[in-house]
Amino acid sequence: MTMIGDRQQLAYIASQAADARVNVELETEGMTLNIGPQHPATHGTLRIIARLDGEQVLWAEPSCGYMHRGYEKLTEVRTFPQVTALVNRIDWLGSFANEVPFILAAEQLMEIEAPPRAQWIRTILFELSRIANVSLFLGDLGVQLGAITPVFFAFRDREYVLNLIEGATGGRFHPNFDRIGGLKDDLPAGWIDETRAVMKKMRKFCDEIENLLFGNEIFESRTRGIGVIPRDVALQYGMSGANLRASGVDWDLRRDQSLPMAWDKVDWKVWTHLDGDSYARCWVRLQETRESTYIVERLLDTLPSGPVMTKVPRIIKVPEGEAWVSTENPLGEMGYYVVSKGDLGPFRVKIRSASFNNISIVPWLLKGVYVPDIITILASLYFILGDIDR
Amino acid sequence: MSPLSSPTDSTAEVTPRQDAMREQLLSDVTACLGAALVQSHINVGNDLCVRVATDAWATSAAALKTSLGFDYFCFLSAIDWMPSPFGKGEEDPTAEREERDTAIKQGLAGGETRLQVFARLVNHRTHVGITLKADVPDENPVVPSWVTVFTGANWHEREAHEMFGISFAGHPDLRNMYLPTDFEGHPLRKDFPLLSRMVKPWPGIVDVEPLPGGGDEDDAEGSAE
Repeated sequence: MTMIGDRQQLAYIASQAADARVNVELETEGMTLNIGPQHPATHGTLRIIARLDGEQVLWAEPSCGYMHRGYEKLTEVRTFPQVTALVNRIDWLGSFANEVPFILAAEQLMEIEAPPRAQWIRTILFELSRIANVSLFLGDLGVQLGAITPVFFAFRDREYVLNLIEGATGGRFHPNFDRIGGLKDDLPAGWIDETRAVMKKMRKFCDEIENLLFGNEIFESRTRGIGVIPRDVALQYGMSGANLRASGVDWDLRRDQSLPMAWDKVDWKVWTHLDGDSYARCWVRLQETRESTYIVERLLDTLPSGPVMTKVPRIIKVPEGEAWVSTENPLGEMGYYVVSKGDLGPFRVKIRSASFNNISIVPWLLKGVYVPDIITILASLYFILGDIDR
Repeated sequence: MSPLSSPTDSTAEVTPRQDAMREQLLSDVTACLGAALVQSHINVGNDLCVRVATDAWATSAAALKTSLGFDYFCFLSAIDWMPSPFGKGEEDPTAEREERDTAIKQGLAGGETRLQVFARLVNHRTHVGITLKADVPDENPVVPSWVTVFTGANWHEREAHEMFGISFAGHPDLRNMYLPTDFEGHPLRKDFPLLSRMVKPWPGIVDVEPLPGGGDEDDAEGSAE
């Protein structure tokens, strides 16, 4: 073992001994703390039951289901084009990104592909929803630690991105813009220049957040070394997205699979971090947001011309078969396993949402942490309630 | 040819597509699983789907994890292959019910039972995924649990348990995830009615929005099947 390892181990033993002394001196009864379902730190209605010994968590168990809407059942009684209106509402901060894998799965079964321009615009809107989604995370992060300012910056700057999404699709939160075979419409006039300007603003926002939080002493001491997820554990739990990349796994579905999308047409970088702690997860997300602004700009530079919709039958019947498509959504891997029986609607849709897997690690992760760290760990895991419960 | 026909009709000359990578993977998987592998299907360019024996459901996952590096657990769920006795809820609930096809027909990689569990594993180094399926016995729907192989399967199995009524032998705690503890029935089974559709038929089933560039307005009438 190296010198540092020895020192760390000694420090660990010393801290355990100190804890043991305190426990002997001030023996406390165990206590059950109920966080949520209505708690600001739970982003909705997640309830966490934690058994405490003093300030330390003995075990914690999330309780889901307060927002279960049964989308998997509802998709079975909808037609294929109608399903996008449902799946929009899974991760409501990055709605457009939810539509894409489902549409791609349907297209895969029908063996059609969207025209290049539609692929490009899809990718651009996908990245815009990532920026809108994750910028709110970056602002919210401060609030969980008692810093009020970043969230105002986040809400201010996210509005620019939402305006872009609204300009192109007509919907701020639920675009419902993706169609089997392409997109509903082309981009409006002037949208491209506007987008370039907003991407510059969003990079400035990332710098602002970096200056405000990353490097801040309180932020660092609250997140460094807290909630460490080793890569093997992360893989076992099926963690995905920035949570996985923060544990040192260099895997991004945008780069590592071939989909009829435009990510592989431009140059960009996948950010990883080796620490696996709360800080690493936040840091990776910050870098990814900045990277997304570059992706959008580079895609706008190479945007091809042409139609945005391919020839599809007016009444869409998807041939019999099974398809699995997943994409790298703002929260992580979002996938649909679509089973079609050659009908107007799907026979079964398994929705694999990122937050469900990401949050299933919570009982493991919260064991032994201190109460205030529950909030930072949950914030850094970043989940959307609709994405857990579906 | 009518412009409404499916686009697959127009591309008549179908060249048999090859997927050398997945064929190689399949031979590796066959060697790894041995007799546990029942049937397989390559979805060219997209996916490899293998069906394993029910008893070997957990041991196959462990074998794939340790010897072929499928160490990323993506999801685990189930499918009910019985056609819904209620259709899609598009028709008048008070009217005489028409005869429906009740034959159970399994999907890729076949099967013998009404319920099947399926799961997905990915090798995080090569980024290649595999879909595993297994039959769930009709009388006694129990399959071995994956929890000892992938800890993350815990919640997925709880979900499959409440939604499909499948038990997982060896799971530590099959409590309900979403539903109240005293809830009766298994909502994602096809014979579980969607009550809102029973009360009122869905008007949207015939409401198809005109698509830009897709079909002429004149053809709208002829296509309503």
